[in-house]
Amino acid sequence: MYSNLIIDLMQIIMLTVTTVVVMLTVAVKRDHGLISGLTVFGLFASLLTFVFIKPVLPLEATQLLIIDEYSLFFSNLIIAGAIAVALLAYPYFEKDEDQNEEFYILLMTATLGAVVLACSNHFVAFLLGVEMLGVSLYAMIAYSVHMEKSAKFPLEAGIKYLILSALTGAVTLFGIALVYAYIGTMEFDAIPAALEAAGDLGPVFVIGVLMIVAGAAFKLSLVPFHIWTPDVYEGAPVPVTAYLATVSKAAMLAVTLRLLLASNALEFNVVIVVLTVMAAASMIFGNLLALLQDNVKRLFAYSSIAHMGYLLVMIIAASQIDGALSVEGVSFYMLAYFIMSLAGFAVISAISNSEKEYDQISDFRGLFWRNSWLSIVLITVLLSLAGIPLTAGFIGKFYIFTSGVEGGLWFLLTMLIIGSAIGLYYYLRLIYIMLQPAEDLANDPAANAIPLGVNAVLTAMTAGVIYLGVFPAPMIDTLQSLARAF
Amino acid sequence: MILVWLIVILFAGGIGALVAEKRNAELPRVIALATLLLDLFLVVLMLFAPATLGLDAGSQIDLGQTGEWLVLTSSQWIPQFGVSFIFGADGLGLLLIALTVFLGLMSLGSAWHEIKERTGFFYFNLLWTLAGVIGVFTALDLFLFFFFWEVMLIPMYFIIAIWGHENKEYAAMKFFIFTQVSGMLMLLSILVLAFFHYQSAGVFSFSYFDLLGTELPEGVGFWVMLGFFVAFATKLPAVPFHNWLPDAHSQAPTPGSVILAGILLKTGAYGLIRFTIPLFPEVSMAFAPTAMMIGVISILYTAKVAFSQNDLKRLIAYTSVSHMGFVLLGVYSWTAQGVQGAVMTMLAHGFSAAALFMLAGGLQHRIHTREMDKMGGLWGVAPKMGFMAVFFTVAAVGMPGLGNFIGEFLVLLGTFRISSAAAALAAIGMVVAAVYSLIVIQKVFHGENKNNLAFEDLTGVEMFCFGLMMIGLLWMGLYPQSMLDMSEPTLRSMGVLFFQ
Repeated sequence: MYSNLIIDLMQIIMLTVTTVVVMLTVAVKRDHGLISGLTVFGLFASLLTFVFIKPVLPLEATQLLIIDEYSLFFSNLIIAGAIAVALLAYPYFEKDEDQNEEFYILLMTATLGAVVLACSNHFVAFLLGVEMLGVSLYAMIAYSVHMEKSAKFPLEAGIKYLILSALTGAVTLFGIALVYAYIGTMEFDAIPAALEAAGDLGPVFVIGVLMIVAGAAFKLSLVPFHIWTPDVYEGAPVPVTAYLATVSKAAMLAVTLRLLLASNALEFNVVIVVLTVMAAASMIFGNLLALLQDNVKRLFAYSSIAHMGYLLVMIIAASQIDGALSVEGVSFYMLAYFIMSLAGFAVISAISNSEKEYDQISDFRGLFWRNSWLSIVLITVLLSLAGIPLTAGFIGKFYIFTSGVEGGLWFLLTMLIIGSAIGLYYYLRLIYIMLQPAEDLANDPAANAIPLGVNAVLTAMTAGVIYLGVFPAPMIDTLQSLARAF
Repeated sequence: MILVWLIVILFAGGIGALVAEKRNAELPRVIALATLLLDLFLVVLMLFAPATLGLDAGSQIDLGQTGEWLVLTSSQWIPQFGVSFIFGADGLGLLLIALTVFLGLMSLGSAWHEIKERTGFFYFNLLWTLAGVIGVFTALDLFLFFFFWEVMLIPMYFIIAIWGHENKEYAAMKFFIFTQVSGMLMLLSILVLAFFHYQSAGVFSFSYFDLLGTELPEGVGFWVMLGFFVAFATKLPAVPFHNWLPDAHSQAPTPGSVILAGILLKTGAYGLIRFTIPLFPEVSMAFAPTAMMIGVISILYTAKVAFSQNDLKRLIAYTSVSHMGFVLLGVYSWTAQGVQGAVMTMLAHGFSAAALFMLAGGLQHRIHTREMDKMGGLWGVAPKMGFMAVFFTVAAVGMPGLGNFIGEFLVLLGTFRISSAAAALAAIGMVVAAVYSLIVIQKVFHGENKNNLAFEDLTGVEMFCFGLMMIGLLWMGLYPQSMLDMSEPTLRSMGVLFFQ
């Protein structure tokens, strides 16, 4: 029994051990290469433990955490994302002579928090995960503040994220308190039974759930909780932006979906209405505001708002259709979005460093002729984000349409088509700019050799986008098996 | 497998061209030529000597409800969604594949001297567009069809956006957004159709054969059909979805215009014949009067707009919309003559429009303008060009003895059986066509050469291409039966009305 429990928690244990080892090593010897190597190695080791975990699934590890195929999928995704971010961070910070090693400790704690969040089955674990992820992120966003020359305005971004995150954290906590006060349980699974036992609750339970949803919507940057997204995306160092866009969102999405499905919260009409409004507004405003951007990081920020809106359509559909299809679709879309975003930010990261980031749209003029590899990656990503066949994004969009049609969500599907049509414009504009004749640059950042780690991320992610688009069948099998639990 | 090979050869040739540019900038066009000739060889074998490919009567696959398929290949792709690779070609498909490969060669001819920059990427895009088009003409799984529908779109976007003229960004963007948005409506319709098939049959499938005859609830059928119709009418294009076309055609480089006008427009008409009407026979017939009205409006309205153009390429682009109006009219009459006429118009217009765009592009390449005000008296400078212009203009107008006449005449005949009013109005279109076509000849080739333009007449490559297209149009005009015989079994199996 206990040995199974240890195997079950092996990923979390490995992550913790790596965090401690990295921390102690930093205390003994400061060496950027060594520390980043250790981090990547530790992350890889914890990723690989899934081989041992898989046979003993599913298992509730204490009341707080549940390790099943679903949470394991998201944990793996999170750790893989962290590896990619660590690989991007090394060349990014390498130029700076100052102390960079602590970044990796923060990366480890944030990842630990994200994994806990993805596995949580209880409000305590949920809060623990959110705070651990959040607090590490404050520091990561503002990390380059101590450097003499920093590319962006990390302090502003960090403070913005801190204040808004703390505020929504408080709202979430209040929501949890309301739910607990009326039904007397904090376990997700136990909520439906407790609800029935508690009888008529009036609006209080729903208000509690909505407050928790607001907290999740902040991390997922859904309208109207999206205000921080563009500023923080732009102000943070590129690797951290990549982390925010992928790991932080995947973890929050995993737990939100589990909470909504396990607690039957989607049976309340009010919840559906609120989610529908958020989804529609995110799809429309995200895409509309993206049109006005001339900074690629901000453009990705707004496009991520829109994509989270697309995802929400599948979650809403779960109220009408088989929950398993919805989980399958959400997991696939998140996976696709994860890979696309990482690839996109890796391209920006390849031509940037902590002193200067080339993230204006005009910096990408003629990239196709200056460095065709980078631009092919970015074009693939943009086409995938636009949902063109042969890419992962298309299969993802296919899932959204399928669940929308089955759930009869015609209003949201209309918004989706309008939103995607607007989205096409700014994706194409960026592609068009990359295809224009290049100007002669004295110091072309794209002419430098791409660091090995960054190249590995670029290759892996591009291959992933294409593979999932051309041969989605094996991944769909995996996802169908993990979705069966719902 | 032969159909898959046709597509794979083009994909591979595209990649070969891309790689070859590093060695020599001249090499990509040679590779493109070899690729297209290989495809042409296979198509000719399929048409005239199917036995050599093992396509004799014994291996013809008769699917009962759908008539005779000369070639059919299928295998699994995404079994969870019921998506599979199903490729098939019947008489109609083969005619259009032959048109695609032939016009692909013509557009290569027009690119031969015109495209000097980034040749590798250009021929890559050219060949991939053609691969997408052949995929569209052969895919019989709706998911696969949608996939190829998009594959032909992106390389075309690149061709316009990189090698286009002064206003290329706007044109490329408009082209992409129109097609993509209408494509999304079609995707939605495909999914709704598959969903209702799932409800009645219990399995997910996107196969054309499974989805034929799917019962849709009252009221739903119309909207699902409309999704398909809008996508195809945008590509065709028909008023009011034609807006993208004049920009895309006038801004695209000559080879791009040739492919756009000659082949891409035909995918819309093909979609209507193959998918929209057979999948939704009842709602389509209820919708037919509206569609025919759209066809008539397209013919007359764009003919009038064409007349007021000063930009040569825009003018030809508008005339394309006008001729495609005949196709729409013929298809929705759903009579043997009407649909046969639509198919003939598709083929003949492919030739005549491609030739006219090559002439306009050739002129622009030589004198750097498309404005007819600046031209005049060019017959004296380039008599060969003038002769070709007259020939293909007269063909487009519908001179008896050439393919376009057969097509439009049959369309009018078929339409007349259903609606004499529509036929009468459409016939006016043929009169107006003579007006806007002759004005081109008058403004460009007759009159006084005000700007003292002087340039080289048509080159050997160009003469060769035009000569082939002349022969093609003459064949269609003098011996149309050879083509009508090919498409007839297909149309019969689809339930087109035949009058004895």
